[in-house]
Amino acid sequence: MSDSYVTADGRTIGPVVMEMKNITLRFGGVEAIKDISFDIREGEIRAIIGPNGAGKSSMLNVISGFYVPQDGEVWYKGSRRPAMKPYQVAQQGIARTFQNIALFEGMSVLDNVMTGRLTHMKTGLFSQALWKGKAEAEEVANREVAEKIIDFLEIQAIRKTPVSRLPYGLKKRVELARALAAEPSILLLDEPMAGMNVEEKEDMSRFILDVNDEFGTTIALIEHDMGVVMDLSDRVVVMDYGKKIGDGTPSEVRNNQAVIDAYLGVAHD
Amino acid sequence: MNEQLAYTIEVFANGLMAGVLYALVALGFVLIYKASGIFNFAQGVMALFAAMTLVGIQNGQVPFAHLINSIFGTDIHYFGWTVHSAFAIILTVGVMVLLAVFVQRFVFRHLVGQEPIILFMATIGLAYFLEGMADLMWGSDIKTLNVCATEGACLPQGMNVWLEGTTYEALGYGFFIDNLDIVASIVAAFLVIGLVMFAQYTKQGRAMRAVADDHQAALSVGVSLNFIWILVWSLAGFVALVAGIMWGAKSGVQFSLSLIALKALPVLMLGGFTSIPGAIVGGLIIGVGEKMFEFLIGAPFLGGATENWFAYMLALVFLVFRPQGLFGEKIIERV
Repeated sequence: MSDSYVTADGRTIGPVVMEMKNITLRFGGVEAIKDISFDIREGEIRAIIGPNGAGKSSMLNVISGFYVPQDGEVWYKGSRRPAMKPYQVAQQGIARTFQNIALFEGMSVLDNVMTGRLTHMKTGLFSQALWKGKAEAEEVANREVAEKIIDFLEIQAIRKTPVSRLPYGLKKRVELARALAAEPSILLLDEPMAGMNVEEKEDMSRFILDVNDEFGTTIALIEHDMGVVMDLSDRVVVMDYGKKIGDGTPSEVRNNQAVIDAYLGVAHD
Repeated sequence: MNEQLAYTIEVFANGLMAGVLYALVALGFVLIYKASGIFNFAQGVMALFAAMTLVGIQNGQVPFAHLINSIFGTDIHYFGWTVHSAFAIILTVGVMVLLAVFVQRFVFRHLVGQEPIILFMATIGLAYFLEGMADLMWGSDIKTLNVCATEGACLPQGMNVWLEGTTYEALGYGFFIDNLDIVASIVAAFLVIGLVMFAQYTKQGRAMRAVADDHQAALSVGVSLNFIWILVWSLAGFVALVAGIMWGAKSGVQFSLSLIALKALPVLMLGGFTSIPGAIVGGLIIGVGEKMFEFLIGAPFLGGATENWFAYMLALVFLVFRPQGLFGEKIIERV
């Protein structure tokens, strides 16, 4: 596959890790995604933007295996990915968050983050139950990763708090922590800033940039707040009514006439 | 020592033992309810089915003998061999796992995301199906379950006699305690410790708790819902087998065994539907409560036979004053 690549903004990003080829997704007679192709490169922050109902969330669900497209191919790490269940996609190293937050409400923050490590637990059932040998070492290692991420996202103070008691903004952060705990090759964020106030949005933007910077995590995110996305991302895909209408760096996209029309509306003669 | 006091202690102890058996059945309910939100009406019938399968395998009975005989005009009932208890138990566990796969594949996989009442109705259907299946496979006659079915097939020799029950001399009084009840208590204790360790420390246990909490989130961290549900039904089948062995050894393997599931309902109301410790404590309270009530109030003042309704009355009181049970999660809904 292709090697590293320099964007028009002058930032160097890695080779292609995932490629969507001619994806089409239908619900009955409605085409939610129409023949869309784009790629995600290692170490970049890739945004998918568009007005409401553009098909952004559907696209994310295709990547994470929650939807199976009728047409098109998903290529991951150089080979074509067969149709997969969402849990299999997660086991391949693609972690995600949800627009409407899907946390384990009954568990503490730490336990939630630890579930992110499930795909990294390899020792046998009995040694785990008895807490012996390798299982203990593995548990300690997993716990260290979880604690590091909890520190990083500044949620140490609420480690033991049941998630159901947390306010919305913190829940979003815990969900990010759980996804990060899987040490994913690609991190998918579904509207990470939806419903947040300005201050929370700034915090979340900072965390996303820090995660990308510190761990080199490849991030694909959906957002419909244009301003936030332009500041964050390396490259942007713009969708409207299920079609791709733009793809490039934020400055390229900003000057794209089709994108401007989609966002500001266009006069019909 | 006061004779009356000693007798009271004996009644209390026997109540505790009976409570352990109630707790065993209730445990099966809690497991499935916690992991899938399904109230499994078929739990009692699963215990019956497991016990009948165990006896059938032990005695070398031919499954579906009546069906085969009436179709082919043959007259076979037994293979003519007996199977060692330990081996028969392993085989029965295998059958219960197969049942779990079957239930998941053909019933609940098609009902994902349905209302709880629909899932509940499905388990009622499952209960009748299983009852019919047990009848068809092993016949409807009452069977005796000895963990040592035949000479030589027994784990330690002479355990049969020991299990009959003995009188313990203590404090100058002979306490009569069924040894089987003691065995049941020890088995139940190990079972509970095992289940708790499984749920708390293993990857599958964590995944199970995750699935119970949120399906979508569980998928996103790489947990297969199908696998976990099969696992949960297998575990419930295993608990049903243990309960079936204990009840079967105590009162014979017969179809009324499925009715003990009804006694598990007040246990669950008391302990809370979502709590493993709740199932145990609830079972013990009901067991001791109904024996002591019968002994102290029922027999002298109410003409006896209070054991039949005491548990339900207690459950009713709990429903009025503490609907979530002793250990259950409090349900708060925002308006």
